[in-house]
Order: sequence, then C-alpha cells, then structure tokens
Amino acid sequence: MNVATNNLAGLNHSSDEMSYDVYRIREDFPALRQGIRGNPLVYLDNAATSQKPQSVIDRILQYYTSENSNVHRGVHFLSELATREFERARSKVQKFINAAEDREIVFVKGTTEAINLVAWTYARRNLKAGDEILISAMEHHSNIVPWQMICSEMGAQLRVAPISDRGEMILEDFARLLSGRTRLVAVTHVSNALGTLNPVKEIVRMSHECGIPVLVDGAQAVPHGKVDVRDLNCDYYAFSGHKVYGPTGIGVLYGKAQLLESMPPYQGGGDMISSVTFEETTYNKIPYKFEAGTPHIAGVIGLGAAIDYLTNTGIDQVAAHEGDLLDYATRALSVIPKLRLIGTAQQKAAVLSFVLEGVHPHDVGTILDQEGIAVRTGHHCAQPVMDRFGIPATVRASLGMYNTREEIDALVTALYKVSEVFQ
Amino acid sequence: MSDLRDLYQEVILDHAKHPRNCRRQQAPSCLAQGNNPLCGDKVRIYLELDGSVIKDISFEGTGCAISTASASLMTESLKGKTLEEANRLFEEFHHLVTSPAEAIAQFPELGKLEVFAGVREFPVRVKCATLAWHTLKAALENKPAVSTE
Repeated sequence: MNVATNNLAGLNHSSDEMSYDVYRIREDFPALRQGIRGNPLVYLDNAATSQKPQSVIDRILQYYTSENSNVHRGVHFLSELATREFERARSKVQKFINAAEDREIVFVKGTTEAINLVAWTYARRNLKAGDEILISAMEHHSNIVPWQMICSEMGAQLRVAPISDRGEMILEDFARLLSGRTRLVAVTHVSNALGTLNPVKEIVRMSHECGIPVLVDGAQAVPHGKVDVRDLNCDYYAFSGHKVYGPTGIGVLYGKAQLLESMPPYQGGGDMISSVTFEETTYNKIPYKFEAGTPHIAGVIGLGAAIDYLTNTGIDQVAAHEGDLLDYATRALSVIPKLRLIGTAQQKAAVLSFVLEGVHPHDVGTILDQEGIAVRTGHHCAQPVMDRFGIPATVRASLGMYNTREEIDALVTALYKVSEVFQ
Repeated sequence: MSDLRDLYQEVILDHAKHPRNCRRQQAPSCLAQGNNPLCGDKVRIYLELDGSVIKDISFEGTGCAISTASASLMTESLKGKTLEEANRLFEEFHHLVTSPAEAIAQFPELGKLEVFAGVREFPVRVKCATLAWHTLKAALENKPAVSTE
C-alpha cells in the first residue's frame, strides 16, 4: 500500500506474497517464540504496540554497552559517537517519511506528546476566543483531549466532523465545518478503533484552500505503509516508535520548518537554548528548541534500527502482506454467526474491530487469552467512536508484518469456542 | 479450558443471560452508580431499606458476563439481609475473589456466591466481579458514585 497516495493495502495484494517470507520474518522477533498458557502466542494487538525485532533489541544493548554518553555536550569520544548515532537516526526518520530536512524532525515521547506540543505552542499562540479547532469523530483520546484543554484555556471551540456508518469521514460535512474561525485541523491518518484510512491528502488540500494548517495523527498509519509527508503536504505529522517495531517512550513530531521556526518553545531546559543569562535566554534553532533536557537517546537510536528493519524488509511488501491478511481475515470473520465488524471503510489498514452479539468483548478477550491469542478489548481510548456506533466496547484484532493466515485461523477457531461457552 | 469452565460456570452464564432483579426503583432509599472506566462497565444499584434490613435491592447496567452475573447474584443474596450481614458478605466475597487458593477461608454464608471463586485465577477480571459490590458499599455510605480500575 502507499498510504500517501491512497493506493491501499487490501485492494492490490496479489503480487508480492511469494517474495515476502513471513515465516522467516517471524524468526527475527524473539517475543513471538514464546508459548502462552500452553499455546503458541498469537499476537494480534499490534495497534496497541508491536513486538520488536532482534536487531532493535541488539542496537539498544549495543548503545548502552559501548556508546552510552550524553548528546550535544562533550568533546570526548563517546559523546561525539552518541551524538553522531543520535543525529543519524534523525536522518533515517527524515528519509522514512520523506521530510524535506532533518531539522523538521522533533523527537518526543510519543504521538501524544507530539500533539500536546503543537497544542501548547502553535495553538496557544494562534488561538483567540471564538476561534475553532476541527477534528473528526474517529479520533483517539490523544487527538481530542489536548485540543479540549487548549480550547478551554483560550475560549475557543472544538468542532467535530461526523463519520458514516461504515466509519468513513464525510467530506461534505467536513468542508462545511471549515470556517473563517478554524485555526487548525487535526485528524487521524488511520483510525485505531476502526482501521479506516482517511483521505488525508484531500483533507489537507481542502483545509489549505481555506488557509488552515493540518496536523495528522499517524500513529496507526506509519507501521502499515509508506508515508510521504511532502506528498500529503500536511503541516504536522505525529507518530510513535513503539507501534512501528521500535522502542516505547520515543516518538516523532514532523513539522514544516517555517512553522516550527515560528513557534514558541514547548519546555524550558538544557539543549533548547543557545545562551542563558538571568536577564535573557536565546532559544536554540529547530529542532533543538523543542527538545529540552537529555533526550531518550537509546530510544532514538533504537527507532533508527526499527526504521532500518522496516526499510530493508520493504514497507510496500509489508503493506501488501497485511492487505492480503486483512482481506483473508475479513472474509473469515464475516461468516462467524452473530459477529459484526465495526468499521467497514472501503480503505482500511489491517485492523478488525468487532462485536459478538450476546457476548461482552471482555469475555471474548478472556477466552481468546486462554488460547494464547492477544487481542485488545474495550473502548480503545476512543469512547466517542464507541458512542457513535452505540456499543460500549469492541474486540480488536490488529495485524502486523509478522502475522500469518494460520493465526487468523486460530482466532476464528477460538471465536467458535467463545460461542460454545456462551451458547 | 478447565480454568475457563471454572470462570464461566453455568450459574454465572445463566445470571449473565437472565439477570435477576434487573430493574430501576422509582423511590429507593439509596442508590449509587459504579463505573469501571477501563472497561466501560456501568452498574447502578438501588436499595430499599426498612430500618437496617434490605427490603428490596435491584440493579441496572451494562457490562460483561462476570459483572452482570455478579450484580444479579448479589441482589439475590442480599434481599432480606441486615446491613451488618451485607457488610460481612462484602468482606467475604472480596476475600473469595482476591485471595490465593491456598489461603481461602470457608464462609458458608456465601452460598451461591461461591461460583465466583474461579475469578481469582483471572486477576484482570476481579474488578468485573467486585464492581457491583463496591457500588453497593458506596450506596450504603451515601456516596453517589464509585469507580474501580
């Protein structure tokens, strides 16, 4: 799939299956070798977090074993080495999402912090009472709550573009909500609860026509296909390392250089300044202006290794494999009696959210867990999405690059067991 | 599957599918709302007291099989009990679902509630089994709402 141009996984997946050896790829992920309650682990909770390839684990080990030092500080050998590796990882991220320059890549804790950063710098500086921020009805709480907080502080309004019964954006309604008062649009690229792939390029185009910048929450998109921020032409793009086979605690905020330069700093501290006196402080240039304090160096370098792993495997091959698997799983689940898929968008990433009539998702989750199958159950930090579909929770199977058709079969067999217990 | 059968005993499945005393009361002596924000489970407990005796108890809510069955069986076992007896049952039930198997004391008063013994093998489900009970306690202590995580 190519997320950037909407040639989506699942629609074009006959080709590369032969060259993509999922069983060999599985060998790279030590966590997948373990048994859970006497069964092989079937890990279908990739939208929550992905497992890590050995190369990422080894890279972090190597950093702490023989490269550990603080960055952008010392003149000594190790500090230079750590700084070089740290900045090399920034370049890897830049190429990975096709940003124009390294300095457009800001390292943060994760997607949540990236969104908060934009809320508390850009939005805080630009919002006035009566202004609006526009989001969609399928956002994760982390792309709702920061905007509610800043709107409440500035006397601004949060507007929500509705979604259809299939879980798709309704672009006509979105267009109607773009007003002279809208100061920012913030939408998810792929919905974590529904799997919907949004037409982000079109959303950006429509918003820019009205002169409104767009932030894209890419946490669920980056693992599933090529993201090209320049093709999307979005102003900000946020994602997390741990969902893309990298470490937890590290994430990325991409921002167009001109915008980042116009923004006030996020947090004060070391590394984000160029000079400090008690009278006056001059802030560092971007991206360092937004990276106060010692960063998560091991996380950054580990993320670089994860990007190498994905790039070497081939992100388009991963997308094709997942598209095939999504198709297979959708067909397999659709014939299970009383099962209803929640989120049936035409363009989807490999996320299957569903409910079983008469059985609460938690009970489904517990029974699947007994079979060694890890799924997420609950509202997926997207309560408004649950409300939209009139359900308290769903079961969510989210697929990754290492999942197989056999694992989908195991899920289906276990779901029949659920029906047996609850017949 | 054996642990699973211990968790989803017939009595529990029966009460989950056909909950008893699942109704609103128009003028309860006390009531409270219980939420499990992590799961989205919600339960509301209504009590009609006659002095210190629970004359009527009922509930409304949405939740998994364990939380629904727990609320249903709780209302069945508490009807006609004194508040003192209810408090004792709360403690005994809590002990039943949270203590390790080898440390379990015998409480004959628990009666049917013993079917929840299997929950202790599923630590993440303990809060499902205890939500109704914590809500009951909140109602009796005149707290409008309680939240378990």
